[in-house]
Amino acid sequence: MRVNTSRLFFNTGLIIGFLSSFFLLDSNFSTQQATYWNAKHDVRHHGHTVENKSSAANSSGSTRILCWIMTGPNYLESRTKHIRNTWAKRCNKVLYMSSVKTDFPTVGLNVSEGRENLYWKTIRAFQYIHRHHLDEADWFLKADDDTFVVVENLRYTLSRYDPLKPLYLGRRFTPFIRQGYMSGGAGYVLSKEALRRFVEGFDTGKCTHFTTIEDIAVGQCMETMKVEPADSRDIKGRQTFHPYPPDHYLVRQASRPRPWYLIYDHYPPVEGPGCCSDFVVSFHYIYAVQLYALEYLTYHLRPYGYKYRFNPDEKTEFQTTTKST
Amino acid sequence: MFDLHFLPLNVDNLIHARPEACFPPSAKCPVSEYSTIGDHEGETEMARQSYGTSTCSYDTSLLQATPVSMEPPPVSAAKMLCEGGHFMKGMVMGGLFCLFLSLLGSFRLSTESKTDDSNHHHHHVKAPSKDELTRLSDVHMQEFGNQVQVSCIIMVQPKILVYWATAVDTWSKHCDKAVFYTSESSKALEAVDLNENDDWARLRKALKHAYENAGDLRWFFVAQATTFAIIENLKYLVLAKDPNEPFYLGNVMKSGELEYVVYDSGIVLSYEALKRLVHVLKDEDKCPERGRALWQLSEDKQLAVCLKYTGVFAENGEDAHGKGLFNSKSVDSLIADSMKANPRNVVEGCCADMAVTFNGMSPNQMQVMMFGVYRLRPYGHDFHDSIVFNPPDGSDND
Repeated sequence: MRVNTSRLFFNTGLIIGFLSSFFLLDSNFSTQQATYWNAKHDVRHHGHTVENKSSAANSSGSTRILCWIMTGPNYLESRTKHIRNTWAKRCNKVLYMSSVKTDFPTVGLNVSEGRENLYWKTIRAFQYIHRHHLDEADWFLKADDDTFVVVENLRYTLSRYDPLKPLYLGRRFTPFIRQGYMSGGAGYVLSKEALRRFVEGFDTGKCTHFTTIEDIAVGQCMETMKVEPADSRDIKGRQTFHPYPPDHYLVRQASRPRPWYLIYDHYPPVEGPGCCSDFVVSFHYIYAVQLYALEYLTYHLRPYGYKYRFNPDEKTEFQTTTKST
Repeated sequence: MFDLHFLPLNVDNLIHARPEACFPPSAKCPVSEYSTIGDHEGETEMARQSYGTSTCSYDTSLLQATPVSMEPPPVSAAKMLCEGGHFMKGMVMGGLFCLFLSLLGSFRLSTESKTDDSNHHHHHVKAPSKDELTRLSDVHMQEFGNQVQVSCIIMVQPKILVYWATAVDTWSKHCDKAVFYTSESSKALEAVDLNENDDWARLRKALKHAYENAGDLRWFFVAQATTFAIIENLKYLVLAKDPNEPFYLGNVMKSGELEYVVYDSGIVLSYEALKRLVHVLKDEDKCPERGRALWQLSEDKQLAVCLKYTGVFAENGEDAHGKGLFNSKSVDSLIADSMKANPRNVVEGCCADMAVTFNGMSPNQMQVMMFGVYRLRPYGHDFHDSIVFNPPDGSDND
């Protein structure tokens, strides 16, 4: 009996030893992969086939945009740095607004950090820009440090409006303010005249810090100073500014109660592919990896030879409008 | 049978050490249960003993000198230890046996590496460069564009129904022909039901079916529904290549001596390659349906083995700068890698402009990709590509 159990143990051990070695070896084969990119890979500028950048996108001539990024010392490394590496350089001028001045470089607004100070920071930021940089741009964009902006598409959207008129654009929301207001997260842009009026409002006391909610507060001041919200949608009525990442809008959803950010929309919201213009201006809640990923999708990855469905230049020029519908 | 001589340790000592702990020498000679290991000179006389002989030629030299005791092993704990000892010996033997078999087998125990032969031209297939394209006339180019037609072979299963549905609604619309092959049918979606659970057998059947129904199509793209593909960029890669030549393209990895195209980043086959494959599939010696080896290779390696017999070798698909076009990772994953490797040049150091595939993306991410690839772009950047691919009919997300 002893002999048999010993033999049994031995044979069992033999089988288990064999199988474990087998699986160990097999997993070694199938899961091991060389690192995808190693340091010696040449990082060369990719050459595309003849790329034609039209003058509107490239020049500092007709539509000059000053971008200011609302940020703070805690986010320079994790967020703002990546914005500096990607879309910020496409603005004609970019300013990083923080509570303190640094070599990033950031402008010190002399306002504390924190959600309750967002409106103070906004007021001080616009006042600063008005004092020091008014003549350097025609349009003034406010963005967060987790916003992705396609500056060329912003220029394109603004090209039909006159910066000397009192206008501002963004993702228009209906509640709280009679003429509505622009979502803060999606970013909003003031014309030169709108900026003048905003600063004048605070100088004269017509606009006050009546709430800490920055976007509603700006909307109120705009209404008080008779600055009009303009339509930022493309000629097919598709939105360009988005307060959430792309998957919140593009994915076809089974029917369910509408989320708040669509209920707030001034223009009838669309879910699925019709949500968003090809020439998107902004997405929000976009952090490091997604920021670079969007940069890759927008400026690099493309289907060779593909004839895009939406080609506004092939059609007749759309009418210029300065009033929102 | 096999030779244990090369083993550094003396197996015999391992086997025969301290047998007296379990089987104290008694009048009866202990029978060695290890005699089944096989003939070799290291074995002692003990192995040839059998029950019932009155005399024993008992080789005591291997035994430790311990007092002979007639007592059976005292406590069960000691016995367990002894049995455990046998078990451990068995395990070690089993492990060594497996190791040895793998050394004997067709594949060596070398670690997999990305094929590094950047100087061996025949291992890499590059997309045409700007210069190469400008040399061809516009008429020529458009002809190429019209002629390059891709038949997509998409492998699905009901358990990944969401991916299946997503593939139907997204990238597969850009194939000139897309056929879904499933392991078992689903009421929700249409597919060719192969009624087959074995991955390799299923792939064989699908490829055979695709070949038999090829029609005029000369390029074949095999992918799982969990892969996302940009077919226009696949066409761009094979634009100037003759499908009557054998091409077997994708993301090439090396397993020992075998170079194979990784399944999850998509496999491209020219008509000639597929034709040769379908013929060799009939050869049960070279290309058995149920793997002959003791363990089964993954189906992408099996494919490479079969194709190798027909003289078709895996080639890495790259752009004109040598960047791989077929990716086994998602965009986010590749970006994250690039942030570590090239923090100052994340996007440029990441992925090809004309990438063909990505893997590991969720169904929602694939829907976002349709927008990101086919629509999202900066106004004013116009590429005057040498050919035009029209958008598919009846689609709203591209």
